[in-house]
Amino acid sequence: MSLDEINKNEVDIVIGALNADLIPFLNTWRPFFSGFHLIIVKDPDLKEELNIPQGFDVDIYSKTDIEKVVGASNSTMFSGYSCRYFGYLVSKKKYIVSIDDDCVPAKDPKGFLVDAVSQHVSNLENPATPLFFNTLYDPYREGADFVRGYPFSLRSGVPCAASCGLWLNLADLDAPTQALKTEQRNTSYVDAVMTVPLKAMLPVSGINIAFNRELIGPALVPALRIAGEGRVRWETLEDVWCGMCLKHISDHLGYGVKTGLPYVWRNERGDAVESLRKKWEGMKLMEKSVPFFDSLKLPESAVTVADCVVELAKAVKEQLGSDDPAFTQAADAMVKWVQLWSSVNSSG
Amino acid sequence: MVEPANTVGIPLNHTALLKDELDIVIPTIRNLDFLEMWRPFLQPYHLIIVQDGDPSKTINVPEGFDYELYNRNDINRILGPKASCISFKDSACRCFGYMVSKKKYIFTIDDDCFVAKDPSGKAVNALEQHIKNLLCPSSPLFFNTLYDPYREGADFVRGYPFSLREGVSTAVSHGLWLNIPDYDAPTQLVKPKERNTRYVDAVMTIPKGTLFPMCGMNLAFDRDLIGPAMYFGLMGDGQPIGRYDDMWAGWCVKVICDHLGLGVKTGLPYIYHSKASNPFVNLKKEYKGIFWQEDIIPFFQSAKLSKEAVTVQQCYIELSKMVKEKLSAIDPYFDKLADAMVTWIEAWDELNPATKA
Repeated sequence: MSLDEINKNEVDIVIGALNADLIPFLNTWRPFFSGFHLIIVKDPDLKEELNIPQGFDVDIYSKTDIEKVVGASNSTMFSGYSCRYFGYLVSKKKYIVSIDDDCVPAKDPKGFLVDAVSQHVSNLENPATPLFFNTLYDPYREGADFVRGYPFSLRSGVPCAASCGLWLNLADLDAPTQALKTEQRNTSYVDAVMTVPLKAMLPVSGINIAFNRELIGPALVPALRIAGEGRVRWETLEDVWCGMCLKHISDHLGYGVKTGLPYVWRNERGDAVESLRKKWEGMKLMEKSVPFFDSLKLPESAVTVADCVVELAKAVKEQLGSDDPAFTQAADAMVKWVQLWSSVNSSG
Repeated sequence: MVEPANTVGIPLNHTALLKDELDIVIPTIRNLDFLEMWRPFLQPYHLIIVQDGDPSKTINVPEGFDYELYNRNDINRILGPKASCISFKDSACRCFGYMVSKKKYIFTIDDDCFVAKDPSGKAVNALEQHIKNLLCPSSPLFFNTLYDPYREGADFVRGYPFSLREGVSTAVSHGLWLNIPDYDAPTQLVKPKERNTRYVDAVMTIPKGTLFPMCGMNLAFDRDLIGPAMYFGLMGDGQPIGRYDDMWAGWCVKVICDHLGLGVKTGLPYIYHSKASNPFVNLKKEYKGIFWQEDIIPFFQSAKLSKEAVTVQQCYIELSKMVKEKLSAIDPYFDKLADAMVTWIEAWDELNPATKA
């Protein structure tokens, strides 16, 4: 799908600013961001003023703006990497594309810069196929199709709720892995988009993600904060938890989640070994989360995304609450998030 | 435009992995000239050739290959009345080769599949990649967004549970095809000129609980782990359906692998598929399958094997009972197929007493 075909009015590009100087970031993305409306949300804990270059159609939200909308007590929900969720909350568009501020456009094997925005929107606009695996990956791509043996009744697919992109250079590895393989960089450009099958769980990364806000918006929950959560991805799990919720709800409602293209080029930031010094809380929480999501069944009566989030929160509190206070806090945050979503978006 | 590799001048692979533990099974009715191109990669291995069609015809095997060949007379002689489970006039007969093999691993390839080139122009040693896939664990319980985490340069991503990083044993390695893609007849008729030119540089595990269309053109598996489930069904002469042999095997295999905690991989390696079969002939073969698969898929998606089914044979027999019970209503063919599935297991156990439950 070319840039001309995308209706730019349907897309908001939401950037969580954890760095004050966004000039290099926005300038490198300019060819692909121009013409789109940008929402930049400043990490409430970031003290410096943001530096934004000219020529963008942008709305900037900082701590005061966040507090005005959600109240001071709720603003902690949006600190650190979770600041971008505030952008999701106040956006009025159909599609959201969100990229971390330490990423720049990647180059494909032919040397061309990858238009990540265009690819994400294309992924979201085309159906997903979670009910049966197509061995040639995305059947709707140019030059591909459904293979022999793919049931015909499943070929129209389902709506795509989210598009999870990937990263060249610094892949989204956890701290222990990156610390062990300090020199490892991802140089493999896998030229595929595919739907993650129904019931399959995956680790969703918030670094390079897009979603259909109209379809699934409230399911992107800023909920799980690990103790000592930091300002490098190695010290967070908020997006992985969000992704587990999002995938489960998508499965329940009959939507699809895609993974693969587009790639972004992720730059060096932070030190995996440093992050390793902090107790790796995330590991324990993930171990508990997996069997929970694996056996979870949302009730048939949960037919809206908001219902699903509320039911999910209830189950988290009941089944995981006693394991770790982080889960109870996550459950409370999910309920609060749905309330905020409803009140902020009540006028349509 | 994608081209096959030119393998002239590639030295013979003397360090061929698993040379004495792997058989290459090739069904054919014409000749095996295509092996000439594969020589550098395949000559060290033992071939099992299953000759379909007229047994009086002589199949030409290029010099230097070590092989055993079975035609229909051999199949009838070896299996006696049980030979009824082996298809005639269909490449499904290849599964006879799996049964008579004494090796741990099988690689099966069609006689119109040549060596592919990777994006750098290098000839792809498909067998070597299959072996790597089979010798490395699979990860069916949680999807890794960077695909095969055990590959050079890859790893598990942030958030991937540590307790699942050991993976499970890999039972099947399903490869892909450049040039002529494996489309069904309706798609071939609508897109006769479409060629697969996209080299997707990834291997991945198909998640537990997910079915897929398994193509037998470029396939490898661990015979010890899953062999008895690789029955390619009743196709061809005297049967109402064709071109669903590998599909049927794939659905059975996946259900059983999921039940037994084994992994199925798909992706690399690519081969270069040179021949497009006649779509009108294909349509006639597939016709019933197109309708039947609408019922077959939900059947496999909901198939639950019992706790007591702990060997592949036990799983397969249970599956055959379910086929008889639930799919016979669609067509009497499934009744016959269910019986053939049992015959297959009986024949397998007879020829492979050591692996019997």
